[in-house]
Amino acid sequence: MQDRGRLGVLLVAPALAAVLVLFVYPLGYSLVTAFQAKGGGFTLGNFAKAFEFYSVDIGFTLVIIVVSTLLIALAALAIGGYLTLGENPRAVALLRWLYRWPLFIPFVVAAQCMRTFLAKNGLMNNTFVGLGLLEVDQTTGFLDWRGIIITFVWKQTPFVALLVAGAMASLDRSTIEAARNLGAGRLRILFEILVPQVMPTLVVGLILSFVTMMSVLSVPLMISGESPTMMTVDMAFRINNYGDYGTANALGFISYLMTATCAWFYLKRQIR
Amino acid sequence: MRAWIGRGIVFGLLAFVILGPLANLVLWAAAEQWYFPHKLPVVYGTKFWEQVFKPRGDALVSLVTSVWIALSTVAASLALAVPAGYALARLKLPWRSAILLAFLLPQAFPSLAVYINIARLFYDFRLNGTMTGVIMVHTVHGLVFAVWITAAAFAAVDRDLELAARNLGASGLRTFLTVSLPLAAPGILASAIFVFLESLDEFTGTFFVGVPDVITLPLLMFTASIAGNYQIAAITALVLLVPSVLFMLVIERFLKADVLSKVGA
Repeated sequence: MQDRGRLGVLLVAPALAAVLVLFVYPLGYSLVTAFQAKGGGFTLGNFAKAFEFYSVDIGFTLVIIVVSTLLIALAALAIGGYLTLGENPRAVALLRWLYRWPLFIPFVVAAQCMRTFLAKNGLMNNTFVGLGLLEVDQTTGFLDWRGIIITFVWKQTPFVALLVAGAMASLDRSTIEAARNLGAGRLRILFEILVPQVMPTLVVGLILSFVTMMSVLSVPLMISGESPTMMTVDMAFRINNYGDYGTANALGFISYLMTATCAWFYLKRQIR
Repeated sequence: MRAWIGRGIVFGLLAFVILGPLANLVLWAAAEQWYFPHKLPVVYGTKFWEQVFKPRGDALVSLVTSVWIALSTVAASLALAVPAGYALARLKLPWRSAILLAFLLPQAFPSLAVYINIARLFYDFRLNGTMTGVIMVHTVHGLVFAVWITAAAFAAVDRDLELAARNLGASGLRTFLTVSLPLAAPGILASAIFVFLESLDEFTGTFFVGVPDVITLPLLMFTASIAGNYQIAAITALVLLVPSVLFMLVIERFLKADVLSKVGA
C-alpha cells in the first residue's frame, strides 16, 4: 500500500510540476513585482500610478463585468427554466438547438462578429432600417463599453445555461409536478423551486465566466480600444509601449482582488 | 395558434440576436465589395478566398502553425494528464482534492496578468517567440480539462474488469494498457478535443509569448481586423469556427453522462 501511494505521487508529479513552474511561480512573481520599485525596494508607487492613470478603466472594468455577470445569470436561468418547464416539445427542442451556437466560438471570433454586427452601419442597424423601425440618421453604433457587455453576454450565456439546464434536468420532477398541481405558475416554480436548488451550479458557472471575462484581451481591444475600456487593454499597453511591469502588475493585482472578492462571496455562502 | 405567434416573435428575436452576428461574419466572408449605404454586400465573390488560401500565403502558414501547436499541446497535455488522471482515479494519494484544485488554478486567476510575467521569465530562457514557449503556455492552460476529464474517465471504468485481469495473472502495467486505457479512451479523446480547441482558439497567451515570430490563426485574424481587412478577418474567423461548431454538435457522443458526473469529483 505504501508503494502504491508513492507510485501515485510519482504519476501526478510531472503535471503538478508543470502548473507550479508555469503558473504558480509567474503568479507569485507578478504579486512581488506589483509592490517593487524600479531599483528593487518595496513601494506602493505602482498602485498610485495605476489609480492615477487608469481609475476610470478600473471602474469601467468592474461595471462591465458585474453587469455582464448579472445579465448572463438572468439569461441562463430563463433558458434553463424554459428547457425544463416548457410545455411545447417543439419549442423546447428549437431553443435547445438555438441557444448553444456561441458555446465554443473563440472570443476573437465573437469579437470580430460583433465588431461588424454592432457598428453604426452594421447588420443590426441595417436590419432595423430595412424593417422600417429606424431611419438611417437615427442609428447609433454600440462599439463602446456597451458592445463589450453585449459580446460577453452573447458568448458566455450558453456556457452557464448549459450547466444550469443540466442541473435543472437532474432535479426531482415530483416537486415541480406537485407545485404545478397546487396551481403555481411557471415563473413561480422557476424562482421558488428550481432556482434555489440549482444555485450552487449557477454560482460556479458565473464565477468561472467572471474570471474568464476578467482576462479576455481580444474583445475590449477589438470592440473598444480607446478609453474608457478594460484593464486588460491598459496592462497590454503598459507592457508593449513602456515595458512598465510595475504598473501592469499593480493592475493585475487589482484584477486578482476583484476575482478574489467574488470567490469570497461564494465561499461565504457555501459555509453558512 | 395564438401561442405560436408569441413564441414566433420571441424565437425570431432570439435567433436574430444569436445568429445575426454569425450571419454578418458569413456575409463579410462572401463579400468582395460592401460599403455604406448598402445594406448587403455590393459584389459577391471569391477573390479574398483565393488571397487567403494562396500557396505559401500568410493564412496558410498560420493555419499550419496553429494546428501544429494545437497537436503538440494535445500530446504534451496527454503525456502529463494520463498518468496523473489514472493516479487521481485509482491510486491512494495524499491531499487528493487539493491536487485536483491545483489544476484549476490557471483558470481561477485572471490569466493575462500571469502571461505577461511568463513572457518576461521566458525571455531569459530564450523561449519568447518560439513554438516551444507557446506550447508550454497552452499546455498548462488546458491541463485542467485534460486532468479532470481523464481522471473522470478512469474513474468510470468498471473496477471488476481490472481486478479480473489481475486475477488472471496480468501485471499492473499490462492491466492498465489492455483494460483501463482502452475503456477510458472515449473520455480521453474528449479531453484531447477540449485541449485542441483551447489551444487553437487561444489568443492572450500567444499575444504575449509568441510575438513576433509565432503568428497563430487568431493573431492573424486580429491583425487583419484591426487593419480593417474585414473580408480576410471574416474568412480566417470562419476557418477557426469549423472545428468549434463541429465539436459543439458531437460533444454529447464523446462525453457520456457517466463520465460527466465524475468530472471534478
